[in-house]
Parts: sequence; structure tokens; C-alpha cells
Amino acid sequence: MLDRTADNVARATPEPLAKKIRGISDKGLAWLFISPTILLLLAINIFPLFWAIYLSFTNFRANRPNEVVKNLGLANYRRILGDQDIWIAMQTTAHFVFWTILLQTVIGFTLAWLIDRKFRGHAFWTTIILVPMMLSPAVVGNFWRFLYEPQIGLFSYVVSFVTGIPPTNVQMLSNVELAPWAIIIVDTWMWTPYVMLICLAGLRSIPEYIYEAAEVDRASNWRQFWSITLPMALPFIMLAVLFRGIENFKMFDMVNLLTGGGPGSTTEVASITLKRQAFESWRTGYSSAFAIILFVAVFGLANIYVKALNKVKQR
Amino acid sequence: MSLTTAHSVVAPSSNAKLIAGTIIIAYALISIVPLLWIFATSFKTPPDSIAYPPKIVFQPSIEGYCNLFTTRTRQTPEYINSLGPATGFCDETVRKRNMVIAGPSNFLPRFVNSLIIAFGSTFCAVFLGTLSAYGFSRFKVPLADDLLFFILSTRFMPPIAVAIPIYLMYRELGLSDTALGMILLYTAVNVSLAVWLLKGFIDEIPREYEEAAMIDGYTRLQAFWRTVLPQATTGIAATAIFCLIFAWNEYAFAALLTSGTAQTAPPFIPTIIGEGGQDWPAVAAGTTIFLVPILVFTILLRKQLLRGITFGAVRK
Repeated sequence: MLDRTADNVARATPEPLAKKIRGISDKGLAWLFISPTILLLLAINIFPLFWAIYLSFTNFRANRPNEVVKNLGLANYRRILGDQDIWIAMQTTAHFVFWTILLQTVIGFTLAWLIDRKFRGHAFWTTIILVPMMLSPAVVGNFWRFLYEPQIGLFSYVVSFVTGIPPTNVQMLSNVELAPWAIIIVDTWMWTPYVMLICLAGLRSIPEYIYEAAEVDRASNWRQFWSITLPMALPFIMLAVLFRGIENFKMFDMVNLLTGGGPGSTTEVASITLKRQAFESWRTGYSSAFAIILFVAVFGLANIYVKALNKVKQR
Repeated sequence: MSLTTAHSVVAPSSNAKLIAGTIIIAYALISIVPLLWIFATSFKTPPDSIAYPPKIVFQPSIEGYCNLFTTRTRQTPEYINSLGPATGFCDETVRKRNMVIAGPSNFLPRFVNSLIIAFGSTFCAVFLGTLSAYGFSRFKVPLADDLLFFILSTRFMPPIAVAIPIYLMYRELGLSDTALGMILLYTAVNVSLAVWLLKGFIDEIPREYEEAAMIDGYTRLQAFWRTVLPQATTGIAATAIFCLIFAWNEYAFAALLTSGTAQTAPPFIPTIIGEGGQDWPAVAAGTTIFLVPILVFTILLRKQLLRGITFGAVRK
């Protein structure tokens, strides 16, 4: 009885008001749903970013909060661009990014291509190969320190067993020549599966009729690979390179635990320099300026790259 | 994506399959060795763990796990003999090395911190992410592409660069070294992933379901709750697991912004030391316990993995 009364009242209400009773408008709902995320990102990401930009123009030091903060203008930026150590760190980062991406792309694509032969049990073995990339780079990187120990470490033992170099001489982490390769090996071990997985999706997206047509035209396997497989999988390969490039440019955790930037500064990638400047030397203003430069660099490079990627996709 | 569905490439010969299979299996076995070694080391005694040549066959022991969960002090044999009989297996093992268990180690509290922070931040990120993803998927939001790009771009920043101002901000707000601070931070990092992934999943749910429900008299909110959410369960679960894995594995923020009460396991595990350097069996034991949940999740996620790691850019 009461229900019916309420129903009649609702029906008698003019349309806009009824809408209000039934619920908020779509537009209101959209903002209600989206704004919490935007607000959170503004508070935790954008506000600190602007703070960092402000600090980058000052001589502020986080360990001396009571000192008078002086405005230095662009001095921090000028000092960074003239700082020999920063350029060395950038070179170290470039070396690391270049080799990890090259190795991961070549090995990852090869593995994906082999898995696409669809031998028996390929799904199982693919899952096994994927495991390393899901693990914590910090925790696993830390354990690699043990594998790299001269003599007692499994890696050193296997290397000396295979090459005949005395086991005490395989000093992956303390040798200036070898340490940059030690971090490249661990990163390649962890992230090759990542590239492989994306390449595999690329290979599987190639429609079969193209290969059938190539067969009809008697194109050799080699020719098919270079004219069909590789070009059609290229957007996927480039996507994998983009993701790995951004991640490795920011690389911190694995390297910090494996070498801490050492020996000396031979493995000091940009993020490690940043950490040393910000949290060990406490040059907050200076390191903020470096952080901004790094951010702009990643952002800029990624943007240029995405444009190139879209061009390849459209072809 | 699925690893099993076959589109047969113009049939590879059985010879090609054999060679491909052999190389893949060899790679898989070699790449899994470091993980097996972690597992094996966790069951070695400290002397066995640093033996030369490295021991493949050894007498298993749970000393590493005992050392992981306890702190010990060295005592004279006379003092140890004056104590009563050993109360447990760990007690007995430790006494053989002229040590006495002094108390629990910090591993368990750090592990609990990891659980609280990972689950807390995952819940928040998925909650916010689902709402935003639905908003972006179903409504005409002005500047939608720009907002979505803004949400993604927060991922471009190196964590250390973000950590500097966050460190200062948290110091002012009293959030340094608190679980709440870490949950907020991880939520902010994960929400970008959650929005992008979930938008993809919700885009795939036909609008007709909600429209039908709304014609039946449901409000938009009810339609969202009763028709979209149930359809998106798989996507939400997969997204949640990805967020969980990120928060669980994260090291940079945790190492710089927590030091004691809110420290998570990743910065803690490398600091486990015994007498004369790193206690590798204990480190391996901690690593093993830490990695097992991720292994389980990886197997559960197999089919959604590709989508998750590419922010939904590759969906097959």
C-alpha cells in the first residue's frame, strides 16, 4: 500500500527532479568516480614534483632544515651540466641501457620465435621461463651477490670450471672491467622473459594466410622471416624496447644491492648518483635539479620514441 | 593472452620442433638455476653454504630458517651446559654452535609490514582504479586522453626523484616510516596501472548490459554495481594481483622512506648478517619465504601476464 503511494509520488514528480531522486547525473557521477584518483596523484605525485622544481633552484639541504634557504637561480642546473661525475653516471647508464636492451631483444625475440614452433610442452616451459621477471629485483639482486662471490659463488665456480681461470680470479663485482657486465647479466636474466612475452604476442598476431601466400609464391624460409615475420612483429619489439628502456633508465634497486654503484663508481647509474647526492651528501637542491633533468629526459625520449612507434604501426 | 591456443604456423617440421624444444628447455633450466640455488641454500648449514666447490649434495638443515627468525648470542660452553635441556629443534641447532637464542628477529614484523602495506595499497589502488576506469570508459570526460596520459606519466619519474620531495613532505606530515605513508605512496604508484588495465577490461564489457539494466529501472550506480562489476571480476582480480606484486617487490621507496617500524621485507632481507658477514642460509630462507607467494601468483596470472606488464597495450 505504502509502496504504491511512493510510486505515484515519484511518477507525479517533474522529470528533472525525478532524475535527482533516482541518482546523480552521468556527468556528476563521472567526476565523482575520477576525481579521487586525480586528487591522489596531485597530492602524492604532482605537488612533490613542483616542490622538487622549487628546491632545484635553491641550496636547500634536508639534513639542515633550519638553515636559511637561498635562491640560486639556475646555478644548480649549470653545475650539473658541467659536473664530470654526472656525465660519467650518464655514460654508465647509457652503457647499461644499451647492452641490456640489445641482449634482451635479441635473446627474447629468438626465444619467442622458437616457442612459436609449438613443440610439445611449450606452454609449460614458457611459464618456467617467465618466473624471474615476476620476482623482486632487490631481493633477487641481493642473492646474485652470493652467486658472484669469487670461489664459493655458483656463477664464479661455473665460469672457472668452463674457462679454466682460477676460481679466486673470477671477481665479477670487484673488478672494474667486469662489474658493469655483472649488472647487465642479472638484468638480462631477469627481463629477457618480458621481451620474449611481448614478442610472442607479436608473432602470434601475424595472420597465417600471409605465410600461406608466401608458400604459394615459393618464398624461402629466410625470405619469409625477413619480409613477413620481422616487419610484422616490429611494433611489438619496439613496445618492449620502450618499456625496458624507461625501466632501465630508472634502474635502482638491483644495482644498489648488487654493487651499490661500485667498485668506485664503475656501476654508478643515474639513480644511484641521485641517491648518493640526495640521501648521503644531502645536497637536496642540487639532486632535485638532477632529478628534474632526468625526468625531462625520460619524458622527452619516450615521447619521441612513441611517435616513431606510431609511424611503424601505421605502415 | 593465452599460451596454449594454437594458430599453427605453416606447420614447422618435426625436426624444427625438436631443435626449438631443446633450446627452450635448456634456456628454461639454466634460467631457473639461480632460484633453485636460493632454495637449496636455505636448507644448508652456514659452513656448507660457503664450501668450495659449491655443494650440490648436502645434508639438509633448517638452521637457516632458525637463524632467520631469531637473534642469537655467543656463550661459553659452561654457560650453555648450565641451561636446562634444549626446548626445541632450533634451540638445539643453535647450541651446537655455542650460541643461545636471545629472542625473535625482526623478520616476522617486517614480513607482516609487507603484507599490510601490499594488501592495503592494492585495495586502495584497485578501488580508485575501478571507479576511474569506469568513468573513463563510459562517460564523455573532457580531456579524457590528456588525463589518462597524465595518470600514466606519473610512472615515468625515477623513484628516487619522487622520493626526495616525498621524504620532505612526509617528514612535515609525520608520515615518515609509517604504514599509512607507504600505503598512500604505493596506491599512487599503482593507481596508474590499475586505471589503464581496468579501462581495457571494462571497455570490453558491452554497454548493452547496463543500458538494459537502466531501462529496467536501475540507476546508473545500480547498473554499475549489479552488471558491470560482476562482469569485470576477472579483470579486477588480475589487476589486483599486479598491484600486489608491485607493492610486494618494491624496494627503492621502502629503503629510503622507512627505517624501522614500517620497514618492509625487501630492504630488510639484505641486512641479515651472521658472524663474519652475510648469513647466506638465513638470507636464502628469507628470500624463499618472500618469493613463494609471487610464484603462486605468477602461475595464477599466466593468461593475463602480457596485458599486465604492458599496461594493457597488448591484450591478446
